[in-house]
Amino acid sequence: MLRIERSIDGGQTTPPVNEAREQTGLPDARGHFGAYGGRFVAETLMQPLAELTAAYERYLRDPDFLRELEEDLQHYVGRPSPLYFAERLTQRYGGARIYLKREDLNHTGAHKINNTVGQALLAKRMGKTRIIAETGAGQHGVATATVAARLGLECVVYMGSEDTQRQAINVYRMKLLGAEVVPVESGSKTLKDALNEAMRDWVTNVDNTFYIIGTVAGPHPYPAMVRDFQAVIGREARAQCLARCGRLPDALVACVGGGSNAMGLFYPFINDATVKMYGVEAAGDGLQTGRHAASLCAGRPGVLHGNRTYLLEDQNGQIIETHSISAGLDYPGVGPEHAWLKDSGRAQYVAITDEEALQGFHDLTRIEGIMPALESSHAVAYAAKLAPTLGRDQIIVINLSGRGDKDIHTVASRQGIRF
Amino acid sequence: MSRIQSCFEALRRNRRKALIPFLTAGDPTPQSTVPLMHALVEAGADLLELGVPFSDPMADGPVIQRASERALKHGVSLRDVIGMVAGFRKNDIRTPVVLMGYLNPIEVMGYEAFVDEAARAGVDGVLTVDLPPEEAAPLAALLRKYDLDPVFLLSPTTSEERAARICQASSGFVYYVSLKGVTGAGGLKVDDVAARIGAIRKHTQLPIGVGFGIKDPATAARLSKVADAVVVASALLSAMEPAHADPEKLRGVVRGFVSGLRAAMDAA
Repeated sequence: MLRIERSIDGGQTTPPVNEAREQTGLPDARGHFGAYGGRFVAETLMQPLAELTAAYERYLRDPDFLRELEEDLQHYVGRPSPLYFAERLTQRYGGARIYLKREDLNHTGAHKINNTVGQALLAKRMGKTRIIAETGAGQHGVATATVAARLGLECVVYMGSEDTQRQAINVYRMKLLGAEVVPVESGSKTLKDALNEAMRDWVTNVDNTFYIIGTVAGPHPYPAMVRDFQAVIGREARAQCLARCGRLPDALVACVGGGSNAMGLFYPFINDATVKMYGVEAAGDGLQTGRHAASLCAGRPGVLHGNRTYLLEDQNGQIIETHSISAGLDYPGVGPEHAWLKDSGRAQYVAITDEEALQGFHDLTRIEGIMPALESSHAVAYAAKLAPTLGRDQIIVINLSGRGDKDIHTVASRQGIRF
Repeated sequence: MSRIQSCFEALRRNRRKALIPFLTAGDPTPQSTVPLMHALVEAGADLLELGVPFSDPMADGPVIQRASERALKHGVSLRDVIGMVAGFRKNDIRTPVVLMGYLNPIEVMGYEAFVDEAARAGVDGVLTVDLPPEEAAPLAALLRKYDLDPVFLLSPTTSEERAARICQASSGFVYYVSLKGVTGAGGLKVDDVAARIGAIRKHTQLPIGVGFGIKDPATAARLSKVADAVVVASALLSAMEPAHADPEKLRGVVRGFVSGLRAAMDAA
């Protein structure tokens, strides 16, 4: 705690990554969060995952690595991100004071880069020359292509062919950054299939290739490693809230697709029992319609993409197609630590429909002049429901995980506007 | 003695190597699978690998992915696959059948229900691609309880220490993945495979099968000199694709392809 305060007094520095670790002692040595997580992959990847785990354990305690990471987070990403008091939104929603953790102000416009900077530095230390990634909306792909450009690494991004069409501008951004974007034609041609294809690439090119997974899912050590790189969000928010308000927040609200921005915000607060945590999933057209992406609210435990977690599947265990207005939440699984937080009751998971999320998007845009990503708009929309149930002296922190420029076409087409 | 074990012992006595062709159950249609299994045996297969279709086959190349997608269009479930094995057993009680697939359909069915039904249908072994021994203890224990063989993979990246542990956890046979890559990939190097199989033999008395990327009779023949079994999957499914529309022609293609492999292996 003292160290965190001192770093805030210093004005610029963020505490080292490893201060936030071991809040829960999870995952265990085999990568399990209770019944969830683990390492469910084909044999060829077991050794590379063991090597990655060893490198991650080593470098996250290595002062030289941590210094390099901190430098990049400050001067390249633009951290710390502000904790902004949304006064007019607070008045509109009525009730608790609403603060926004402004991850939308990071370089490339979302929280994704916190993780890609960290993993790319790790790749460099491990002597890997080639980076691969999967992407849905393209945000993680752009964040990966960005750091690959900066470090001069070859970069290949897998993206479902449905998504390359929906997100043509992000495809072009990645190409401008020097990445090769490979459209994936298998399965449902979306994020889950892009992940399958990235795994296939990794298994083939494992000697020189580092796979940068964009969320807190996948085989161990990814869920823990991505969480640790994203936990800078919660560490800053916690210190900023203490400095600004003299106390901890009462509630944290973050959207959950795979769950990396939520895990990054939640993790440093896990042992603060008075702080409630709300993860907001995509209810799409509504949970009752079956057209949604709410694996924690409406799924059940299973095994996909290297880990045991909550999944959306049919009665035979085949993974089903999901729906959300927000491509970043359109995924049939979720990080295993969220599954554990749900079962343990430490965090609560709720769902917000496309319509409600759009209302959140317009509210924040018109009332605060901040245009949120449609993913983050789900968190805003849940805060609209939560705030009135709390007192005016209470505090909600929303993770504003990304900016909304990328979603303007989607919002416009909902209103019948074509450019 | 398990059916897999007696199969390998008989082969050893006759100084032959096992040919293990792979079919995705339900590809191209659910009705085609049992007749195709019999056709494989008639053409010289010793064991059969039956793929359980899965929506997200991460370790498979495009050929097996397509086969899975075709089977899933027909709604083929794990229970249906077990039913196909039961159908096959009506006319063949000798040829071992190994199910190969991914864990999630088994998770949904429930481990004990799966193992019980599989055993009663006449399944002999289970190879779950995304279930390494570290995560496999509960399922492997049940498989053994019902006298089914858990088959695990070894790969070019497997350390010697892990190889020993994997062999320990396996029964029936062990399966060496011949290359870094997905099923049906290119770049198989027979000499590298031979060297590695020699090393694996130090850890186990079990027969060693080789698979992934074996495309033609010549390669199968060369590998049959170093391994105890040769698995051919993508190349067979590729050969079948042009004949999908005509069941009789399809069985002919399968017979021709497998007897070509058989002849080359027996001549080696």
